[in-house]
Amino acid sequence: MQEITGLFKIAEILRGILGHFLPDPQLVDICMSLINIGAIFTIISLTAVVLVYTERKVSAFMQRRSGPNRVGPGGTLQSVADMIKLMAKEDIMPAGADKWMWILAPILLFIPAAAVFVVFPFDNKAIFADLNIGIFYFIAMSSQSVLPFLMAGWASNNKYSLVGGMRTVAQMLSYEVPMVLSILGIVMLAGSMRMSTIVAAQQHTWFIVLQPIAFVVYVITATAEINRAPFDLVEGESEIVAGPFTEYTGMRWALFFLAEYANLLAVSVIATTLFLGGWNGPWLPGWVWFFLKVGGMIFLFMWFRWTFPRLRIDQLMSFGWKVLLPLALLNIIVTGIGMYIYEFFS
Amino acid sequence: MIGLVHFLTVAAIVFAIGLYGVLSKRTIVGILMSIELMLNAVNINLIAFSRFITPEVLTGQIFAIFTITVAAAEVAVGMAMIFRVYYDRNTVHAARLDEMRW
Amino acid sequence: MNELIYTVAFYIFAAITVAAAFGVVTKSNLVHSALLLALCFIGVSGLYVLLQADFLAAVQILIYNGAIAIVFVLGTMLTRRSSRHGTNDTEVNIPSRVVTLVSGLFVVVTLGVIATTPWHYSSGVIVEDTPSLLAQLILTDYMVVMEAAAVLLLAAMIGAIVLAKGVEE
Repeated sequence: MQEITGLFKIAEILRGILGHFLPDPQLVDICMSLINIGAIFTIISLTAVVLVYTERKVSAFMQRRSGPNRVGPGGTLQSVADMIKLMAKEDIMPAGADKWMWILAPILLFIPAAAVFVVFPFDNKAIFADLNIGIFYFIAMSSQSVLPFLMAGWASNNKYSLVGGMRTVAQMLSYEVPMVLSILGIVMLAGSMRMSTIVAAQQHTWFIVLQPIAFVVYVITATAEINRAPFDLVEGESEIVAGPFTEYTGMRWALFFLAEYANLLAVSVIATTLFLGGWNGPWLPGWVWFFLKVGGMIFLFMWFRWTFPRLRIDQLMSFGWKVLLPLALLNIIVTGIGMYIYEFFS
Repeated sequence: MIGLVHFLTVAAIVFAIGLYGVLSKRTIVGILMSIELMLNAVNINLIAFSRFITPEVLTGQIFAIFTITVAAAEVAVGMAMIFRVYYDRNTVHAARLDEMRW
Repeated sequence: MNELIYTVAFYIFAAITVAAAFGVVTKSNLVHSALLLALCFIGVSGLYVLLQADFLAAVQILIYNGAIAIVFVLGTMLTRRSSRHGTNDTEVNIPSRVVTLVSGLFVVVTLGVIATTPWHYSSGVIVEDTPSLLAQLILTDYMVVMEAAAVLLLAAMIGAIVLAKGVEE
């Protein structure tokens, strides 16, 4: 079953069709790359639309409300209505803003959010670029979202924006350290940073079984990295209006929103790939398993958002440095000793 | 064909720009950033040599990794010092920090 | 075809690196300088990719651009918003022509040396899987150096904390 419906097979069929029309095999390669890039962008923009609706429905479910139910059947067209509303908004630039930086910030935030998608293994062999530093590329790229937040916060010429930007640096740089260390345990077990090798190593046992502490640390730090509640201090509306986004309106604000949901999808994909076995699974085709697991992770993140209250900034910092970092370091030591013992006995 | 000479040229230009910055910037932060530029130029050289002269061993890349480590330590201490200087003296202009003690 | 792409990519990354580096030293606003420095580092990491040092390219982006964020924060903290211009000025007391001349002379001399040196290109096999080989080298041949770097980082961290927070007297 997996052989027929796998994404790689579909790509092969597509390549065969293109081969009939295009004489040069190099041209076929370029066309396939363009199709892949298009597919990635389609996934990103579609997820944003779907996730906005999902988030509303999940929050309604958590709070025993019915959520959006007017636009379209069951409210499914609510996101479309939202999009049209955002496009119709007036575009206001604050007085005294640093013009170029203010305009560039949302666009620059979107670039790393989209760039990480090239190393995601959606299915067996269905990966845009299987780099040998795959997971490290993800870490490096996702760390780039700090600067655009700071740019937006500084360029807006607004005290709440600036405070939000400063908080971003403190929060993201602090939580990046335990995140990288928790991923290191997986890299030790798989013996490679290549995404396909990491997935292949989980054919029989998912790494969540072998690395439960790393999974917990990863999920907590990932929530902080993507600025979702309970770690949404960057945009905590009860304290600093909307942080760096305060002065943005209409489509510019929508770009921030798009990047935020792309990041949510990205960390869920990484959790699936590293801890939940990627596309491995019985009966169903690999990409169905993959998206089921990603959907489960996204639901988990939304569950967090509507269950936990927001932390204070000092609690956030001391939790990151005094709890998560020692835990992640301990996990690495335990993993090393465990691997040594395993090799000793087998 | 892009060869070793091209990379060395880029590195030389970046290094000279960094040199200009170190000599002409007024604030310590600006000087520190120029030093970073110079360190990066050196790293380009190291990796270019590693790629074109000895591609079978990675000594140049190892060297670059340690350069990056030292640069990170340098930034950390440098920033802390700048912060301290500003806290005590209320300025970060290199020309106004001309006393050894106060 | 591939050679053409390589050449074009090299010139793009080289132009980004040099132009951004030039902006870093000429901009009079510290925050703009810091952001251009980030752009310069991205260009440099692109050059690393062309030199088949992909691991180092990722390290470059991760570490240096993290440091840039800190520079940015410091730049905003140590300068007043009202004086938007002139937070990263060039020194006027030193004759700037002399400095420019020295830097220009440096480039000319270096380019002369580069052009006249007979380089011994090696035709050895390029290492493909750099991360594992780098790890092996660091943990065997360069073990002592790595330990020294670890001690250096720890000392720098403690030093930075003590300097920034101040010792209670």
